[in-house]
Amino acid sequence: MQVDRRSVLTGAAALPLTAALPRSRARAQANKTIRIGVLNDQSGPYRDTGGITGVICAKQAVQEFAPNFAVEVISADHQNKPDLGASIASEWYDRQGVDVIVDVPTSSVALAVAGVAKARNKAYLNTGAATADLTGKACAPSIVHWSYDTYMLAKSTGGATVHAGGDSWYFITADYAFGQQLQRDTTDFVQKAGGKVLGASPYPFPGTSDFSSFLLQAQSSKAKVLGLCNAGGDTVNSIKQAHEFGLTEGGMKIAAMLMFITDVNALGLDVANGLTLTESFYWDLNDRTRAFTKRVVPKTPNNWPNMIHAADYAATLHFLKAVKELGADAAKQSGATIVDQMKKMPTDDDAFGKNSIREDGLFLCPANLFTVKTKAESHGPWDYYKLAVTTPADQAWKPLNESGCYFVKA
Amino acid sequence: MITIFGIPGPLLFGQLLLGLINGAFYALLSLGLAIIFGLLNIINFAHGALFMLGAFVAWGMLTYLGIGYWPALILSPLIVGAFGVLLEKTLISRLYGLDHLYGLLLTFGCALVIEGLARNEFGSSGMPYAIPAALQGATNLGFMFLPIYRGWVVIAAVVVCLGTWLVIERTSLGATLRAATENAPLVQAFGINVPRMITLTYGAGVALAAFAGVLAAPIYSVNPGMGSNFIIVVFAVVVIGGMGSILGSILTGFGLGVVEGFTKVFYPQASATVIFVVMVIVLLTRPAGLFGRTT
Amino acid sequence: MASMSASDTAALAPPILPTRQVFFGFGRAQAIALGVMIAIIVAAPFIGIYPVFAMKVMCFALFACAFNLLIGYVGLMSFGHAAFFGMGSYCAAWTAKHWGLSAELAILIGGCVGAVLGVIVGWLAIRRTGIYFAMITLALAQMVYFFCLEMPFTGGEDGIQQVPRVPLFGLIPMQADMSMYWFVAGMFLILFLFMHRIVHSPFGQVLKAIRENEPRAISLGYRVDTYKLMAFVLSTFVAGAAGGMKSLVFGIATLTDVHWSMSGDVVLMSLLGGLGTIFGPVMGATIAQSLENYLAQFGAWVTVTQGVIFVICVLAFRRGVIGELAAWIKAPL
Repeated sequence: MQVDRRSVLTGAAALPLTAALPRSRARAQANKTIRIGVLNDQSGPYRDTGGITGVICAKQAVQEFAPNFAVEVISADHQNKPDLGASIASEWYDRQGVDVIVDVPTSSVALAVAGVAKARNKAYLNTGAATADLTGKACAPSIVHWSYDTYMLAKSTGGATVHAGGDSWYFITADYAFGQQLQRDTTDFVQKAGGKVLGASPYPFPGTSDFSSFLLQAQSSKAKVLGLCNAGGDTVNSIKQAHEFGLTEGGMKIAAMLMFITDVNALGLDVANGLTLTESFYWDLNDRTRAFTKRVVPKTPNNWPNMIHAADYAATLHFLKAVKELGADAAKQSGATIVDQMKKMPTDDDAFGKNSIREDGLFLCPANLFTVKTKAESHGPWDYYKLAVTTPADQAWKPLNESGCYFVKA
Repeated sequence: MITIFGIPGPLLFGQLLLGLINGAFYALLSLGLAIIFGLLNIINFAHGALFMLGAFVAWGMLTYLGIGYWPALILSPLIVGAFGVLLEKTLISRLYGLDHLYGLLLTFGCALVIEGLARNEFGSSGMPYAIPAALQGATNLGFMFLPIYRGWVVIAAVVVCLGTWLVIERTSLGATLRAATENAPLVQAFGINVPRMITLTYGAGVALAAFAGVLAAPIYSVNPGMGSNFIIVVFAVVVIGGMGSILGSILTGFGLGVVEGFTKVFYPQASATVIFVVMVIVLLTRPAGLFGRTT
Repeated sequence: MASMSASDTAALAPPILPTRQVFFGFGRAQAIALGVMIAIIVAAPFIGIYPVFAMKVMCFALFACAFNLLIGYVGLMSFGHAAFFGMGSYCAAWTAKHWGLSAELAILIGGCVGAVLGVIVGWLAIRRTGIYFAMITLALAQMVYFFCLEMPFTGGEDGIQQVPRVPLFGLIPMQADMSMYWFVAGMFLILFLFMHRIVHSPFGQVLKAIRENEPRAISLGYRVDTYKLMAFVLSTFVAGAAGGMKSLVFGIATLTDVHWSMSGDVVLMSLLGGLGTIFGPVMGATIAQSLENYLAQFGAWVTVTQGVIFVICVLAFRRGVIGELAAWIKAPL
């Protein structure tokens, strides 16, 4: 067959696969470097709760620790797609010499990344996803769960609110795994504390922006507390509209089951004041948190750290301490070894103070229930919270014997 | 107390009203889409992003220039409309005479760019925007507690929708517009500048989206993703009403708002899906939509 | 007023020219392109392309080919193909995880579920054409999405996680990425050639006749709706199988696979590569997935860059990469 211009060009037509080529570099030199991969949402709805600020906090930890071995922080945007998250994670572990993945919001992506980490015996420090399964059904010896989970949020906000007199609840719940789990857990704590649940409106997630209909149902239930089992923009929308419909003026208290200081900033104190919510970190909690915040804020002036960002910092710092203890060479061998080392050592950092990591991989720290200040009480930028109740670390989390993690000895 | 299907009557009336309020947004947005589709034959996927832009311009004017809600209600649609004119002149006008799919993809690309830039600039959590002082508070209707602002939304939307409809159906400008929709070359032959008319129509459709955006700013979270929640539903409204039908999109917008409102009482999980159930039924029985003409 | 007809969408894809066939229904240029594609697939893992990524590309390429079959040969634009892809993905993942079905059977189940769903959706949708066809498929796909969200077997938002890579034929272990890679590559080529074979069969000729002139095909005594439905079901079968393959590669099946944005993605992939061309969807899937994957490290700029690329494509390369190339060398690809 004679080869002419046309056939050569045709051959070129199928070349795009090679567009994916420039990858295989940087393997040899990577042998000794400890690589930390921050994988989170940088372009979507969870950009502010994790995103670039999370990367900055991880880098801050490296900078402060000043390790005597080479460390590199890389980052990527998983766009909230589980398959993309899984493929970036596996490529990082397999090809790029990444030793630990940090952050990963959105439970479906987190669980996918957990599967990848488990199969390869690589470390994964979750700070962004809420699902308690990461230290339960889907646990692995190389996974640590930091900052918050559905159980801890439900216990801190649910229990304490009932004790403060809010004994009848109505839920507005995002109808997906996270929202349902949060509602179930909170219902448990409310009932245990002697309260009752009068009703719930599960709404389709994502894609709902008007909550007035559910708010009206909540109002006519005459419940004392409105529990919002949702996150991000949905929470902001529901609170904004609850304010508009005068729910709080009618004496109803709003408990946002998952809300970050970044969301409070989005609402403004006019609307947000009086809300109760739980975070494990707040910048103005004590001298150490203030010191940490003062170091980080210049790098992210418009987005102050919330508990996910703080956990990115604390988890990275503790990871580096464990690597130092083991030596970089040994640490690169096995994720489970590093995580075991992390569990052996008590944690100590400016963001969370002195704490520990439990056998099943759960980071135990106190849970703080906050009330949002009024405008008059707030004295500066991001001065938003009043501490209401602190649940100590040994009581805030799911007991070890209920964890359901396969390698935990009964 | 009267109960209907086990639900107290007052609650049901309340839901009817709330449905109408949501319908107001659907109607305003789908009206803009329908006008654009009618004349330009473009399915404007950027509509949600422009709705968002409307809200952000209002927020920006308040934050940086101290311009309040009422001027913003006029200025923001004008600014976003001008942006739409620019968009049409530079990009969309290159696609006339081609399949709808290309217009849809181009505007989809534009939507990605606008939303992406807004996220980079303003973050994803959103911005606070207060209800104007004159419209704060609520009134007791006996069967429900209605925030005054919501009442204003319905009135404003109805007035703007009817106004637009009157302009298109009852004025000579509207007659020219409709004529251009039917047969552009002929209208051009009468000495009317059709390309300019097309550009201004796109600007007007976009301005309607921005107007809805300003209306939405005090009650919804002003964040870069606020439009993408609406866009698919608004498409459905336009299709059910009959592509390009002005009256169809207005009535369907309000109607579907009500249907959705009732679903939120009886089976809230399905409230996002019910619109698509209606769409399938309508398209199978009335192929051109409820108010569309088969050509 | 906008007139809606089948020819509106048919006009998107170039007319199918008769070509001299040299190999398996391929013209000469196509045969060469096929050779190059196979060579790249074989060589990819050895020239530094990450196998998991290459597998993902092949899954999406197959999905895009399935979509392209409909628009290229029947002139129908479906905006609900995610439903078949996603259901295939869920069912393959579920049977592999809970029944321990071997990989090829799980994928077959995925394809069959796609086909069954395709019969129902197709039966309702093919009565309409043009934009209305697109909208009915979108609406039905939204219902499938709702079904997946509500049914306990899908795991809701968390999805089905940690699906094992079951041994092929119950014998050959598939844990390693490379063995999975050869299996996926094999499946991809088989299904790719299978679709190609079908459109070049007498059945395919009838489809082309319908697309070119429907009234004439009816007058010749063909049951046009039956043919369209068969093509639709064929397309949904392959889409389901592609979904099943993807779920086994990653060990997960989640709601992203059924969401409407996935239906949009497949339109984009096909358009980027070139609608109605044989290799266009493969090229389009490669470009789209590379963008998604390699832009991820630029974080915040992902959406903006993607948007700019779509705008440029629509304005400058309307026939898609392969379509433009085919026009330049004046031979179908």
